[in-house]
Amino acid sequence: MGFWHKKKETDLEEEVRSHLRLSAQERTERGQEAGAAAQAARREFGNVELVKETARDSWSGRWLMDFVEDLRYGVRMLRKNPGFTSIAILTLTLGIGANSALFSVVNAVLLNPLPYPHSEQLVMVHESKPNFETGSISFPNFLDWQKENRSFTAMGASRPFGFSLTGMGEAEQVNARFISSDFFAVLEVNPILGRTFTKGEDLVGGAPIAMISAGLWRRKFSASPEAIGKSLTLGGKSYMIVGIVPANFDLYLRAANQADVYVPMGQWANPILMRRDAGLGIHGTARLKPGVTIEQARADMARITDGLASAYPNEDKGIGASLIPLRKSVLGDVQPILLMLLAAVGFVLLIACVNVANLLLARSTARTREFAIRAALGAGRQRIVRQLLTESVLLSLGGGVLGLLLAQFGTRAALRILPVDLPRSSSIELDTKVLLFTLGVSLLAGILFGLVPAVKTSHLGLHTALKESGRNSSGSHNRAQGVLVVLEMAMALVLLVGAGLTIRSLTLLWNVDPGFRPDNVMTFNLAFPPTMNDKSPDAIRSILRDVDRQFASIPGVDGVSQTWGAIPIGSEDDQQFWLEDQPKPADPSGMGWTLDYIVEQDYLKLMGIPLRRGRFLTDQDNEQSTHVAVVDEVFAHKYFPNSDPIGKRVVMTTSGDKLEIVGVVGHVNQWGLGSDEAQPLRAQMYMHCLQMPDAFVSTTTSGTTIILHSQLPQAALLSALRSTNQRMSAEQVLFGEQSMNEIIALSLGSQRFVMMLLGAFAALALVLASVGIYGVISYLVGQRTREIGVRIALGAQQRDVLRLILGQGMKMTLLGVGMGLAASLALTRLMSAVLYGVSATDPLTFIAVGLLLSTVAFAACFVPARRAMRVDPMVALRYE
Amino acid sequence: MKQRYQNRIELLQGTLDLLILQTLQWGPQHGYGISLAIRNHSGEILQVDTGSLYPALHRLAKQKWISAEWKVSENNQRAKYYRLTATGKKQLARETSKWEQLKDAIAGVMRIQEK
Repeated sequence: MGFWHKKKETDLEEEVRSHLRLSAQERTERGQEAGAAAQAARREFGNVELVKETARDSWSGRWLMDFVEDLRYGVRMLRKNPGFTSIAILTLTLGIGANSALFSVVNAVLLNPLPYPHSEQLVMVHESKPNFETGSISFPNFLDWQKENRSFTAMGASRPFGFSLTGMGEAEQVNARFISSDFFAVLEVNPILGRTFTKGEDLVGGAPIAMISAGLWRRKFSASPEAIGKSLTLGGKSYMIVGIVPANFDLYLRAANQADVYVPMGQWANPILMRRDAGLGIHGTARLKPGVTIEQARADMARITDGLASAYPNEDKGIGASLIPLRKSVLGDVQPILLMLLAAVGFVLLIACVNVANLLLARSTARTREFAIRAALGAGRQRIVRQLLTESVLLSLGGGVLGLLLAQFGTRAALRILPVDLPRSSSIELDTKVLLFTLGVSLLAGILFGLVPAVKTSHLGLHTALKESGRNSSGSHNRAQGVLVVLEMAMALVLLVGAGLTIRSLTLLWNVDPGFRPDNVMTFNLAFPPTMNDKSPDAIRSILRDVDRQFASIPGVDGVSQTWGAIPIGSEDDQQFWLEDQPKPADPSGMGWTLDYIVEQDYLKLMGIPLRRGRFLTDQDNEQSTHVAVVDEVFAHKYFPNSDPIGKRVVMTTSGDKLEIVGVVGHVNQWGLGSDEAQPLRAQMYMHCLQMPDAFVSTTTSGTTIILHSQLPQAALLSALRSTNQRMSAEQVLFGEQSMNEIIALSLGSQRFVMMLLGAFAALALVLASVGIYGVISYLVGQRTREIGVRIALGAQQRDVLRLILGQGMKMTLLGVGMGLAASLALTRLMSAVLYGVSATDPLTFIAVGLLLSTVAFAACFVPARRAMRVDPMVALRYE
Repeated sequence: MKQRYQNRIELLQGTLDLLILQTLQWGPQHGYGISLAIRNHSGEILQVDTGSLYPALHRLAKQKWISAEWKVSENNQRAKYYRLTATGKKQLARETSKWEQLKDAIAGVMRIQEK
């Protein structure tokens, strides 16, 4: 309080006193005795403090004075009750912290625009094919699209790759990307040093040049500008470094798999790169010209693809272009999940608020006298409400500050543990928006949980409060507490239902039979030494055989196979074919499509896939023998509905190779545990890798993928694999090792992410709700001790007392459960996207969760109820 | 507490301000003096509650319609005297004419009622 304020105060004080003196003087002049006159003057004046208080209201800056005063008083009250204060702040810290954490994720991932200039103009470009809306673009098609379109300022293409980097310390595997010249120009990302590729440098026959990431630049060149112009040996071939890519750059904004090396597309030594019908995992990005809508661009692309379809009917009939805004490509999957989680965490905060409100209500009963006295001394009702709100906002701000700390330390840690690679997770930070959000949420929470107790308290009749020492004046408090507990139960139930549904989905998913046995199966990649480049296809085949033998000779390894093409649940690959006894289809739309697994004889055994008919590949199948294929049940059923596939022959479109079907095996869930049946492409074909055409075998000089089965513990197996690998060649890199179970777990990443977070929120809600009902019932028992004593004295049995208290608790619980179930029916629909195998209103989950919450609440009520049962009537009656 | 107010005529919102300004037209006066004057001139019907009087005085002072200074009264008592300012006089004129209109309007309505 400043000097100015003090002066005003003494002035007011003096004015009131002078009024009383004048009034008394007048009375004595009329002949009244001095003492009586002073008393009469006082009586006539009324409540001195109240008059002062109302007079102060007309001062300016009044609220600020009051606020400072309330603040001091509030801090003093909170410090006087450390137990209450710490419980309330802890509850709020959890509630606000969880909200702040999730909001900082939502803020970074969803709210901030993508970190590219005018990112709304960016689109992903794919080739739409009969099987895939978003298939990969062949490089010749891309070049034509790029040349002929009128809608884009620039169009780029890229394709991830892996290189072994040699000649700079120990050989290592680096993530790379083949890119077209305009790749960076489209995004308007500039190199931090040097240049990007220029027009034409991306074509076959261009000079071997490369851009490298800022990370690799720092690691291998100590961030020296001299790096430009130096050479880099990738896959045994020398590339000249022309530019450095900004730190943390990734097209899809994901932290994992950021490329370290960018190489022109034309450098890809893939014999079918320039084939118009090849699907090589190339996808495009483009920037719309200002003012051009995505619909106009789609029409433009349709014009181009129609032209190409008539120019190249064999390759391009039925091929279109599909354009998807980049934002949707990057964030489409995570947006609904994050928003749902944000709603869930909002519920947690509401529950925390209800708990603190209940604590405050219980405490305000104890403080009834305090407020009655303040009212008697002239505090207006508004003033008391404001005082109480100041206290509650102080609490919530305390919780907010701690919550913010929790969020900042917790978010990154949590994202590391949680099984999800969120786009843009590296940009999660404490910015103004997160600060404002936390401040806003804290204030809102403070007002929310403070308002009911404040209004309730200020309502109290002065007389009753002073007379009754706060004992009986709490009837309406009890009602308010009851209502709050019911609400809390209802909200906890909604969260529990959400968690229950995801847990059930995940259990169902884990129990889906994927068609193979993932246990003890491990895959890894090998990058071959540069010397492989000069080897003939037959030499490569014999090296592959040797690699198999070396790994198979590790004790404890009982099955090794090369695995090219698709890996169940891990990665896709497909091929076109036609049946030999039918005429060759005129264009791609008439071809059959199949997933392809290019493996060896051990594959079936090590994956535990059942053989249905005929035989699988054997070691008699080799490059000299008849080329064979094994198909799965879905293939057999689809292409040979009325005949036996065994002995039939198929012609592979790309290679022209003819394969004889020798066996039928069980179907494997290629597309994920739960999402296989909905996919259009499910037919599967197994081919022998050594029977692949020479040109194809030659592409494996850069590396291969191997799958093996072993009972060894993972760590022991990995070290054995590494030492075996080192023995073969110091320049051969083993990388990307993943157990089949890890691949499956990864495929369930978003479900597990949702389940873990919702589970945590629901657990928190359950704890808070049971603490809440425990607190309220304990409080009621305390209030009714005397009544219970009387009942027992009058002959009530312990049983009756127990029933009385439990009945009260269970009434609230069941009301809450009922309301919660009704709310869940409406709300869980929002999460049907992450559910598998259960409906959003799964009755079993609803019933189980209702029982769980009721049981926990029952247990929470039972403790105070037992206390009530043991009330000694004599003690209870003497109490007071 | 409620009974205390029952025999009193509730002043219309804003009327107290008018009465205070009117009272101060006859010369500077302290709060107690103002309440006495209003009571006496109204034939003891209008009792000004101190809880309304002082907030009103402070409010009018904030509007700069009245000013205040500490003086010694004729009875040798220190008291805070309020005085009408120039803008206060104009405000009083405005309030008075508004009051006349209101009075006539209400009287008109009441006459119709009596017919």
